[in-house]
Amino acid sequence: MEPILEVRNLSISFTQYGRGTRQVLLPVIRDLSLAVAPGQVVAVVGSSGSGKSLLAHGILGILPYNSHMAGEISFLGQPLTPRRAAAVRGKEIVLVPQGVTYLDPLMKVGPQLRKGRRDQSARTASRAVLERYGLGADTEERYPFELSGGMARRVLIATAAAETPRLVIVDEPTPGLDARAARRVLGHFRELADGGAGVLLITHDLELALTIAHRVAVFYAGETVEEADAADFAAGRLRHPYTRALWDALPQNGFIPISGAQPGPGEVGEGCPFASRCPKGRPECMGPVAYRELDGGLVRCLYPEGGEQP
Amino acid sequence: MKHRLLFTGKKLIRMALLLLGVSLVAFLLMSASPLDPLKTNVGQAALGSMSQEQIAKLEDYWGVNDPPVERYLGWLGDFVRGDMGTSLLYRQPVSQVIGQRLQNSLWLMAFAWVISGVLGLTLGVIAGANRGKLADKLIRGYCWLISSTPAFWLALVLLVVFSVWLGLFPIGLSVPIGADAADVTLTDRLYHAFLPALTLSITGVANIAMHTREKMADIMDRDYVLFARARGESTRSIVLRHGLRNVALPAITLQFASISEIFGGSVLVEQVFSYPGLGQAAVNAGLGSDLPLLLGITVVSAAIVFLGNLMADLLYGVVDPRIRRGAART
Ligand code: SF4
Repeated sequence: MEPILEVRNLSISFTQYGRGTRQVLLPVIRDLSLAVAPGQVVAVVGSSGSGKSLLAHGILGILPYNSHMAGEISFLGQPLTPRRAAAVRGKEIVLVPQGVTYLDPLMKVGPQLRKGRRDQSARTASRAVLERYGLGADTEERYPFELSGGMARRVLIATAAAETPRLVIVDEPTPGLDARAARRVLGHFRELADGGAGVLLITHDLELALTIAHRVAVFYAGETVEEADAADFAAGRLRHPYTRALWDALPQNGFIPISGAQPGPGEVGEGCPFASRCPKGRPECMGPVAYRELDGGLVRCLYPEGGEQP
Repeated sequence: MKHRLLFTGKKLIRMALLLLGVSLVAFLLMSASPLDPLKTNVGQAALGSMSQEQIAKLEDYWGVNDPPVERYLGWLGDFVRGDMGTSLLYRQPVSQVIGQRLQNSLWLMAFAWVISGVLGLTLGVIAGANRGKLADKLIRGYCWLISSTPAFWLALVLLVVFSVWLGLFPIGLSVPIGADAADVTLTDRLYHAFLPALTLSITGVANIAMHTREKMADIMDRDYVLFARARGESTRSIVLRHGLRNVALPAITLQFASISEIFGGSVLVEQVFSYPGLGQAAVNAGLGSDLPLLLGITVVSAAIVFLGNLMADLLYGVVDPRIRRGAART
């Protein structure tokens, strides 16, 4: 099946002013590739603050003006140019943002859902979509500060479901929710995928991602280092040492913490960014490392688990 | 509702205390003034030709020999009873002088207030929404230029250009010279108030535009604007639907806070245009040691500024749903 979204070698960097008037180019995403098929939930998992959200903004074409994006993004088989992104965002590609701060604090929920439309059909539609997520008609009359955390999240999902999206990009859907509410919210995304949309779930929480994702792309220091089937995790078919470390750090798998810290943007040299923390690192890892297929997944490692030396 | 009444009550009590403090400071400053009321008002030469008796009478009139504490308490006692005393310079009840002057000044200030508010808000929103672009640069340039220009200097320039060179507007005063009060038309008043009001507006606009721009630029960086963009809203729709709505609250504060600046500006501007407003009377009262008038003006203007701020606070409660609904529920 043709993928809904395909991202190849995406890089996003920011121009910043260093000392004096010297401009510094800060690469936050350096090499990110992934694909989302219809009906599929693909999770991008990486630690908090690693710049994953920029992927969402890059796809939607709403990066700040001091940023540069390179690489290829195609949507429904066609290149996603800035102009095309402007035409489809909010309609065919929708974003479900992190929390209530993404709602206008001084506008009631109803008008925000309707994006300024006042006609009867818009009203009926907004009512219906709120109902779909278990929110009563009174929700429309509420201001964002009158919503609980779980309600706010469902309102945000409703903004996405109010359209007929082909691709739903979800940015950190669960922080601040208890486990039950989080599972429920994730269930809603699975429903959207079951309806035929592609769902790109950006999160730091591997465990929750695995409860609904079909595929998982692991993001480390600006790069995707592995793409695997969700089933590979439970089966122990992991490829990259960082993925292994993430998996082992989960409570049920021994809670083994990873030592060291992720290199920040601009601190990464040419070689493997994980080298400083990798138990299997060798001198060759300081050279270029390609993203290659392995065993039904993708990996960016010279000495992956279950793979022979190249 | 009860909450709001309590809030207003507290504010009013605070205002009373503030006015007391302000009047006391004004009084102390006046007492410490090195100007001798007799010399400034009667004149050195005239004093020399007067008898001791006459001088004593004058000293009595200007209150030179009364102990300061007694003078202040006397004034305060009358004031609380609603009597603001009699102006020594104008020989009219202070309330009457202030009433007249305030009427003249109100024209000026109301005009400047509305113009600087509307224009300042518009320019500020445009600049903030187009941060870094040409419109922003032009508007900011204007603001910087004007804020670094003293108001009285701007007043002089306008006066020279429009009144002296072009002869379009009168050189001064609030009504035609020698006209009967009954004959003065609204057009006359507007015509005379135009240049001073323009000066006040030009400086006021810069101030409000500058602050509004900051707020607007801040709003454009907010999550909800990013999300609106992600949902396909155009910049125009974002500015009109989300920008204006969210800039309204800080704009209210700015607008009412600007009352005090316009008040301050009017003192200088009225002086340049010899416009008989409250500001000019304040200068006269200060230089002429007219204690009752000065105290009266100080208290009245402080009260106006304070009431402006109170109004802003109350409006906040009406406009901001977080306060309106939050208060309604408790
Ligand atoms: S390339 Fe080398 S350093 Fe990098 S993850 Fe693989 S083994 Fe470790």
